Amino acid sequence: MSGLAHGFWGLLTRDLRLALRRRADASLAVLFFVLAAALFPFGVGPEPNLLARMAPGVIWVTALLAVLLSLERLFLADYEDGSLELMVLAPQPLEMTVLAKALAHWLTTGLPLIAAAPLLALLYNMDPAGLPMLVVAMALGTPSLSLTGAVGAALTLGARRGGVLIPLLVLPLNIPVLIFGVAALDAALSGFNPLPHIMFLGALFLGSLVLAPLAGAAALRQAME
Amino acid sequence: MHRFANPGRFLRLSNIVLPWIAAMAAGLIAVGLYLALFVSPADYQQGDSVRIMYVHVPSAWMAMFIYTVIAAASASSLIWRHPLADLVAKASSPIGACFTFLALATGSLWGKPMWGAWWVWDARLTSVLVLFFLYLGHMALMGAFDNPTRGARAAAILALVGFVNVPIIKFSVEWWSTLHQPSSVLRLDGPSIHPSMLWPLLAMGLGFKLYYLALMLVRVKSELIAARVNARATAAAEAT
Repeated sequence: MSGLAHGFWGLLTRDLRLALRRRADASLAVLFFVLAAALFPFGVGPEPNLLARMAPGVIWVTALLAVLLSLERLFLADYEDGSLELMVLAPQPLEMTVLAKALAHWLTTGLPLIAAAPLLALLYNMDPAGLPMLVVAMALGTPSLSLTGAVGAALTLGARRGGVLIPLLVLPLNIPVLIFGVAALDAALSGFNPLPHIMFLGALFLGSLVLAPLAGAAALRQAME
Repeated sequence: MHRFANPGRFLRLSNIVLPWIAAMAAGLIAVGLYLALFVSPADYQQGDSVRIMYVHVPSAWMAMFIYTVIAAASASSLIWRHPLADLVAKASSPIGACFTFLALATGSLWGKPMWGAWWVWDARLTSVLVLFFLYLGHMALMGAFDNPTRGARAAAILALVGFVNVPIIKFSVEWWSTLHQPSSVLRLDGPSIHPSMLWPLLAMGLGFKLYYLALMLVRVKSELIAARVNARATAAAEAT
């Protein structure tokens, strides 16, 4: 294994191991996801058709919020105990570090959300024919959320009330993911072709895959100066 | 650009040009307002409420123009460490947020009689609202650090990320749904509005731009002077 892949893999397994040891932290996002989505029927009433109509939007918005919850911890623990300084000094490019951290965040937050989303869809009386599209759209959309979130988390390192700042920075940037994620699902449910929306989700993912590590690494560098 | 990296030279130059820019801004806005409110005709459909447009459209132009200025200043701050670029970005952000708010508020005032609603979730409105939040985030991040240099650096990265995202947000929202009319001034086949309405609009647009320039210069100047006062105070405290 080359040095680059070795460093990437090492960081990823370390983060996953840490997440596994603090299972409560990792499951918090999913719990929030289910709980927040369960609040809507109390707010708008349990009418099945209305809930089925709302399901794509509610699932995506609550997923967006659930991802935000765990973002603050993405770099903060390493920043506070000093391991982040070592990562900045390490020979592997910092962009790779950001990518590994974002991937670990997605595996511990995004993946459980994707697993829980069909359950919510059933609770919301959504047409089961839309379930595959829900999973595909979320699988393409949530990595973008982790990537842009990593930039937000890196930018607010050392800021006063960083946790409150992150939503203000990240949510406006995530609106395209929300729009196309919901549009893909709506198209599939009403019998239109969801492919254009899925392709946009994919394009957003690829774009953030390239740009977010660059911006995140720049943010980490200025945080460590 | 780098000739003005020297704060002393910048201060001297801005002292010379500032009165001229401010006077021209005031003159243009006065002429523009006079033309817009008294000379230009009422619209045959919209009546007198079309006059809101003479404030609304230039504000919307400024909202996008100032964000571009911030992004350019942020890039030059990150690449060349231009000492004034951070100050320009810091000075511009609240002005841009105010223009964005003005565009949203005037649009909403116009929308109530025309569309019958204060707000619709239309593509243009929503993307300007997102731009407003980007400004707020920029300002909040700038002020969130005890060390102002770090705040400026972080805000510069955010401004660039936001700048990449602005077209994405704009187009994604555009394909989502739309009610706002398309551009009628900046078009390939020439403006589609009558000269009697175009001239006041252009006067207001240029007036707003000069007003922004004057305000930005004043704010950058006051930042420079504040830095100088701080440096003096620290030096005096160390001397005693």
